[in-house]
Amino acid sequence: MIAEAGHYALVLALALALIQSTVPILGARLNDGGLMNVARSTALAQFAFVAASFGALVYLNVTSDFSVLNVYENSHSAKPLLYKITGVWGNHEGSMLLWVAILALFGGLVAAFGNNLPLSLRAHVLAVQAWVASAFYLFILITSNPFLRIPNPPIEGRDLNPVLQDIGLAVHPPLLYLGYVGFSISFSFAAAALLEGRLDAAWARWVRPWTLMAWIFLTLGIAMGSYWAYYELGWGGWWFWDPVENASLMPWLAGTALLHSALVMEKRNALKVWTILLAILTFSLSLLGTFLVRSGVLTSVHTFATDPSRGVFILVILCVFIGGSLALFAWRASALKQGGLFAPISREGALVLNNLFLTTACATVFVGTLYPLALEVVTGDKISVGAPFFNLTFGPLFVPLMLAMPFGPLLAWKRGDIVGAAQRLIAAGVVALLTVALVWAWTTGGPVLAPLAIGLAVFVIAGALADIAERIGLFRNPLSISARRARGLPRSAWGTMFAHAGVGMALIGIVCETTWNSEHIAAMKEGDTARIAGYELKFEGAMQRQGPNFRELETRFSISEGGQPVGVMTPSKRSFATRGTSTTEAALLTRGFSQLYVSLGEIDAAGAVTVRIYHKPMVLLIWFGPLLMAFGGLLSLSDRRLRVGAPKPAKPQRTLQPAE
Amino acid sequence: MTRKQRRLLMIGGAGVVLVVAVGLVLNAMRGSIVFFSTPKMVSEQQIGAGTRFRLGGVVEPGSLHRGDQLAVSFKVSDGAATVPVAFKGILPDLFREGQGVIAEGALDTAGVFKADTVLAKHDETYMPKEVADALKKQGHWKDDYEKKPPGAPGASADAAGPSR
Repeated sequence: MIAEAGHYALVLALALALIQSTVPILGARLNDGGLMNVARSTALAQFAFVAASFGALVYLNVTSDFSVLNVYENSHSAKPLLYKITGVWGNHEGSMLLWVAILALFGGLVAAFGNNLPLSLRAHVLAVQAWVASAFYLFILITSNPFLRIPNPPIEGRDLNPVLQDIGLAVHPPLLYLGYVGFSISFSFAAAALLEGRLDAAWARWVRPWTLMAWIFLTLGIAMGSYWAYYELGWGGWWFWDPVENASLMPWLAGTALLHSALVMEKRNALKVWTILLAILTFSLSLLGTFLVRSGVLTSVHTFATDPSRGVFILVILCVFIGGSLALFAWRASALKQGGLFAPISREGALVLNNLFLTTACATVFVGTLYPLALEVVTGDKISVGAPFFNLTFGPLFVPLMLAMPFGPLLAWKRGDIVGAAQRLIAAGVVALLTVALVWAWTTGGPVLAPLAIGLAVFVIAGALADIAERIGLFRNPLSISARRARGLPRSAWGTMFAHAGVGMALIGIVCETTWNSEHIAAMKEGDTARIAGYELKFEGAMQRQGPNFRELETRFSISEGGQPVGVMTPSKRSFATRGTSTTEAALLTRGFSQLYVSLGEIDAAGAVTVRIYHKPMVLLIWFGPLLMAFGGLLSLSDRRLRVGAPKPAKPQRTLQPAE
Repeated sequence: MTRKQRRLLMIGGAGVVLVVAVGLVLNAMRGSIVFFSTPKMVSEQQIGAGTRFRLGGVVEPGSLHRGDQLAVSFKVSDGAATVPVAFKGILPDLFREGQGVIAEGALDTAGVFKADTVLAKHDETYMPKEVADALKKQGHWKDDYEKKPPGAPGASADAAGPSR
């Protein structure tokens, strides 16, 4: 019953989406407010029905109803409750349902909170949103229905892939999808602006919070996915330049560019056409990511689906939406009015530079990800484009971007003073150079590039701090005045600081981890000790344990540093009987920002366990950086100007608005 | 500056960055792309010692030998030819004899493939795509790999993948 109800709710959602995609447009053409308002109610109802459908699938999984094919294939009655719930999106059908549910959620949010939008803009936005939704409802109903029944229900399910039975699955895909799909809003706004042929600074003000929200989720989602891969896969890697990872990185890069160009459009009414194009490209890259992951065109850890009919269907969706929106862009963009003028050296100029490097970096990732596929289709040659390619292309493009990053916020709008900005960054530059010298002296004979890269990261962080110090007049005014001015600063200024500092933070982590990471592999027996980076690990023993749906060999290592015990680590190997597979559960010991990482290999006939021990200096900064970026985004999102909404033309412009 | 000059400056700047990016991409393509080969291709193409490539095939049953200090040797076969592989380190959880594997490294002068990475991805119904394609091409692909498990009609999430 529940499965059929869920299926039916999904069909109804499709029907509502079809209404939502046509009637409001018609209303806008006829200038009929009633018809345009249909969009609002259908968007809310559509979300209610998808939510019901999704709820039904969750219920089926929780109650282990194995008469449903999807549940049978991906669940098991002995699976812990958390994984029964998260397992809903641990497979192709369920994750696509989550995808459309989030799409409908965003549509519903626009409908619910978009009261200050002009009626026709809202109608257009929701209609475009419904086009995307309709395509994906059709996709799910035709090729990936999660509610199919099995005529003769089996007693037991086939269980979820053990690698996915982890808390990471509860967090990573929903966050990632909130990010991916969140960009559909900026896409819909862009398409609506093109359809309406009207675009002003207020448009950018409406788009920016949505873009920012999606960007925050995507940032967190990518960081979480990276940390999950780090501790789950058992060899301590946190980024593999795997096509699936690149698929999420590309929208992030384009989305970051979009955030910055929307700023120019909002403040200065310039870069309109470019912002529209970026909004389209960002969501197109999200769709491309969905295609790469979901069509089975790549085979990698994340791909659970391999069915060509699905691939072709998603490819068609991809072509229609990307091709259609770009054609619309080509057709209508020339109608948009020219924006304001600005000098090359100015805040706008800096943001253009930012956009230039981010989109170029994005393009290199695009080439590296799709070139092997294209080559295979054209010549049949199989190649793999791995980390070296991306390090050689992506890396050099990020260096000038990061060098320029502290300058941007210090330049004035319209016409900036590069010498003045440089003077204000002298302190940051000195700190950075001192850091380079210190690190270099400390690691004499080591790699040359690492101290320089750390210096660059310190420059970015110090530059971000210098901007705030400059604004509040730190050291020039009494502390009490500075503190008052700090409170008075717009939150977006603080947001910029945290987000920029986060980039530097992540870079420090990346450089330290890749340069000074040490590894020790040994076959150890009970009582053996191993030494790494000043720590001593003693193998205390192993024992068998029974988990809810697995058996586990848990080993105990006591860790000491300079004779002082600092902790116990218990890496384990789990074997899952239902799928006949085993997973390695690495153990982590955090010391400051650094971590010790122990994972187990095979156990040989003599009873010795192969142990892989890593010391990863400053590794936590890699994820702490993105957290800081997301926090900065959140601060920016809570900025007064975004909460208050766009100013109405009738009111006079606020004159005391700060520059940022 | 007029609007036109500014625009030219911007386009010029963008052009420079793009040219640099294209240069970087082409440079990286030349040096860091790794080709995929099967043992048959290795025997036919005479790949020189020291050239990095990915070797894919099935681990020949009975060929796995463990030495001291985590040294491992095994043979990778595609039915038509075999290549001996030497590796030092921990093999992935799913590495098994008779299963698909991809090793990355280079041949030494004695014709032994020195691998520095061995991949057997984390799924028991997984055979690296490149291996499966190569085996299919040579007719070593067993059709019953693709048969769906009993009691599972319709689209199945992993039925298309080769199974146990």
